[in-house]
Amino acid sequence: MLEFLSRLFWRDRDRIGSKHVAKERLRLVLVHDRVNSCPQLLEALKEDLIRVIREYIEIDEDALDISFDNIDNTVALVANIPVLRIKKSIV
Amino acid sequence: MKGKVIVVTSGKGGVGKTTTTANLGTALTMLGRRVVMVDTDIGLRNLDVVMGLENRIVFDIVDVVAGGIKLKQALIKDKRFEGLYLLPAAQTKEKTAVSAHQMKTLCYELKKEFDFVLVDCPAGIEQGFKNAIAGADEAIVVAVPEVSSVRDADRIVGLLEAAGLRKNQLIINRIRPRMVKRGDMMDIEDMIDILSVDLLGVVPEDETVIVSTNKGEPVVIAPGSRAGEAYRRIARRINGEEVSLLPLDHSEGLVDRFRRMFKLASR
Repeated sequence: MLEFLSRLFWRDRDRIGSKHVAKERLRLVLVHDRVNSCPQLLEALKEDLIRVIREYIEIDEDALDISFDNIDNTVALVANIPVLRIKKSIV
Repeated sequence: MKGKVIVVTSGKGGVGKTTTTANLGTALTMLGRRVVMVDTDIGLRNLDVVMGLENRIVFDIVDVVAGGIKLKQALIKDKRFEGLYLLPAAQTKEKTAVSAHQMKTLCYELKKEFDFVLVDCPAGIEQGFKNAIAGADEAIVVAVPEVSSVRDADRIVGLLEAAGLRKNQLIINRIRPRMVKRGDMMDIEDMIDILSVDLLGVVPEDETVIVSTNKGEPVVIAPGSRAGEAYRRIARRINGEEVSLLPLDHSEGLVDRFRRMFKLASR
């Protein structure tokens, strides 16, 4: 009985409309669309990253790899940066 | 005085570019402005039938830019609305029959004569689209609250920006208040949030649009049409007025109907 009543009164509020699914999917797909339609963005980001990291760490610049990945319900900027050695002057 | 060239575009087909062009053009002339509507969807022209002017076409845009026909000969004057003209697309030529350079020259010429040049753009992002936007000062992006349309609209905004167009405004078309209310359709804020563009207006889904199109009449002259009212408000915004958004009444109950009747009567 209680279950029936709660279903009667809460049905609408508990229900999550499909627009939230649409929004989440769009958010992910647009990140990829925008990056793909502007490859310069990743290149520029890569160059800037290298410039900053180089001040602290010696890295293998040719093997540096960055990309956007879907992780759960978010888009992550994933960077794989092989480290050669830490600069002594900083340590 | 120099006019303004506004391209109406969307990326995805079938979301209401042509209907939007026809109705904004008509509504702007009802505000006393001189308007020419240019159909650049070569091979798939439709602005003429939507406006009910299909029987009056003699020459088209390709005749003007490549056939030695004068603009004045090709422009169709809409006798119902003072100051409204149509330059129809060619129906039998290729999509690329008008080059970007030719389009620029054409828009420049039309700007001298008209307050507003509304360019109805073909669907897609290929050369036909690029040529259509070549002479534009601003853009109107039409999108419906569906994932495919929003995705394409985002792509279009990117391409417009890349082409140097800075003022790109969104019209959300065919919104269904009932679906929005129950959370099954993206609302205005959702769309703005996702696309990060300025909003120009919202047009509700409305059967009177189809009825008007059947008859070859713009919906802005249909009495009591919600979509018509929305388009009239958008036209006033384009004309520089500050106008509030059309309230999207969810329930078309008896009270609402009375309220609307009173509003119509008092106008």
